[in-house]
Amino acid sequence: MEKTLDLKFTYTEKKDTRSGFGDGLLEAGRKNPNVVGLCADLIGSLKMGAFEKEFPERFFQVGIAEANMIGLAAGMTIGGKIPFTGTFANFSTGRVYDQIRQSVAYSDKNVKICASHAGLTLGEDGATHQILEDVGMMKMLPHMTVIVPCDYNQTKAATLALVDHVGPAYLRFGRPSWPVFTPADQKFEIGKAVKMIEGKDVTIFANGHLVWEAVVAEAMLREEGISAEVINIHTIKPLDEEAILNSVQKTGCAVSAEEHQVNGGLGDSIAQVLARNYPAPLEYIGVNDSFGESGTPTQLLEKYGLNAENIVKAAKKAIARK
Amino acid sequence: MENQSIDQLKKICSQVRRDCLRMVHAVQSGHPGAALGLTEYFVALFFKEMEHNNKFEMDAKGEDLFFLSNGHVSALWYSVLARTGYFSTDELGTFRKINSRLQGHPATHEGLPGIRIASGSLGQGLSVAIGAAQVKKLNQDNKLVYVMMGDGEQQEGQVWEAAMYAAHHKVDNLIAAIDYNGQQIDGPTAKVMDLKNLRAKYEAFGWEVIDIQKGNDMEAVLDGLSKAKDLTGKGKPVLILLYTEMGYGVDFMVGTHKWHGVAPNDEQLANALGQLEETLGDY
Repeated sequence: MEKTLDLKFTYTEKKDTRSGFGDGLLEAGRKNPNVVGLCADLIGSLKMGAFEKEFPERFFQVGIAEANMIGLAAGMTIGGKIPFTGTFANFSTGRVYDQIRQSVAYSDKNVKICASHAGLTLGEDGATHQILEDVGMMKMLPHMTVIVPCDYNQTKAATLALVDHVGPAYLRFGRPSWPVFTPADQKFEIGKAVKMIEGKDVTIFANGHLVWEAVVAEAMLREEGISAEVINIHTIKPLDEEAILNSVQKTGCAVSAEEHQVNGGLGDSIAQVLARNYPAPLEYIGVNDSFGESGTPTQLLEKYGLNAENIVKAAKKAIARK
Repeated sequence: MENQSIDQLKKICSQVRRDCLRMVHAVQSGHPGAALGLTEYFVALFFKEMEHNNKFEMDAKGEDLFFLSNGHVSALWYSVLARTGYFSTDELGTFRKINSRLQGHPATHEGLPGIRIASGSLGQGLSVAIGAAQVKKLNQDNKLVYVMMGDGEQQEGQVWEAAMYAAHHKVDNLIAAIDYNGQQIDGPTAKVMDLKNLRAKYEAFGWEVIDIQKGNDMEAVLDGLSKAKDLTGKGKPVLILLYTEMGYGVDFMVGTHKWHGVAPNDEQLANALGQLEETLGDY
């Protein structure tokens, strides 16, 4: 279907966002000698092997012990290091919430919690690993910055941006090969939304893998004469409230799209901004209070209502509520 | 501070115990039991054994570092920090009160000098200390990292993740200590959740373990710390099993878990203070 659409963004290759992290970490290590890496027995999955090879003395294999990894990372900031921890998103957040809360967030430590295999697009491993609550947990923590980049290039840029950002941060990315459609040389500004496509009838706010789905949805809507604006909210916290309000004041309604529970995710953050400043219809694309299951990423996005077709339906519904 | 005589250190202990009891009494909350039990160890570390700078810098390059994992012993740590000049002893009177830097459990949030990480939720301090110790090595800083844990805290799984890691990575610039008083909130550790043979457990994990059998005897504590230091730099992390008596120094508090988290009333405070000489002046 994509090939028949007049897409505003195109891609020549698909890559996994986790490789963006791995390549970004390697470059970060070359640029800044204080960058250290920690991994809980998932070097291959997190694409941390190149960093380990080039900087063995700055890389720490922790074994299958994520709670310890978070504590170690917090301790490593004392003495000036910038630790990047790597494991799956489930084990990066839910499993170690109290460690992050006390030793990292409350203590305001400069730890970068880097989480792969987030969301449904993890695929066949199923619901035990498909965490859909991590963004909510992380954004609730004071001091915590929360970033969900949309493709390989943006994940790499976000990883590099975190080196210069002082304070706790959560960087969420994923497993599947996905279109690479943002520029390789982009400047990543934490907390600054990116307007991908200008429109006037409805705003689609998306992050992570669903930014691509939003790009596809925009083309589908355009074929039906509907003008959609697409904004990439790669940083959920701090949230770019100005970008959200400027857009919705123009379009009058919005759709949020994320690979996460509706409860506690990007959509909830946007709803707070709208409720306080400019009440307007908002439809949510996300997982609605259920766990995932095994399947291919495409099958799962379809079954749980997270693909472009569902964004299109939600956009029409939001417009009808204006 | 290295020139303190044993007699002077004992006098400091008496004052620190007075501080702890008065702090806890003033707000009718806090944890006097373990604070009294650990007084000798803290005074030995901060007044004699550790090289540290009371002009506080978070990164502590070129200094020995101390982490408190069992954060409920906060009153003791605050007293020792104030008495070694990190902040005014007057501030001890704000302990656990609104707008204070002396939070119920230690925190960095209010910027209290001497505190490098929050603790209170148990089981996390050993991991933090190991991370800091590895960074000392990366920074070619040959100073040591100390961490204090409770014995009940050994029931937390993260402690054993950290214990396994420290031996595997040969973190030998670390001296951990366990307050081995055999008590926890709900009663004796042997009854609540038996720790069995902690020495054998840590040795099996690859640690050097030494005992300080008389953890409330200043000479024994200093001797034990000296031995522990001698064991550093030899490829293994070092653990001190510090046998203490909860509530030591006050006859009606000693040896029972009942004063773990209970403050003395006016009469009990007067009784307790009568047993502890005011040696440096109350705050």
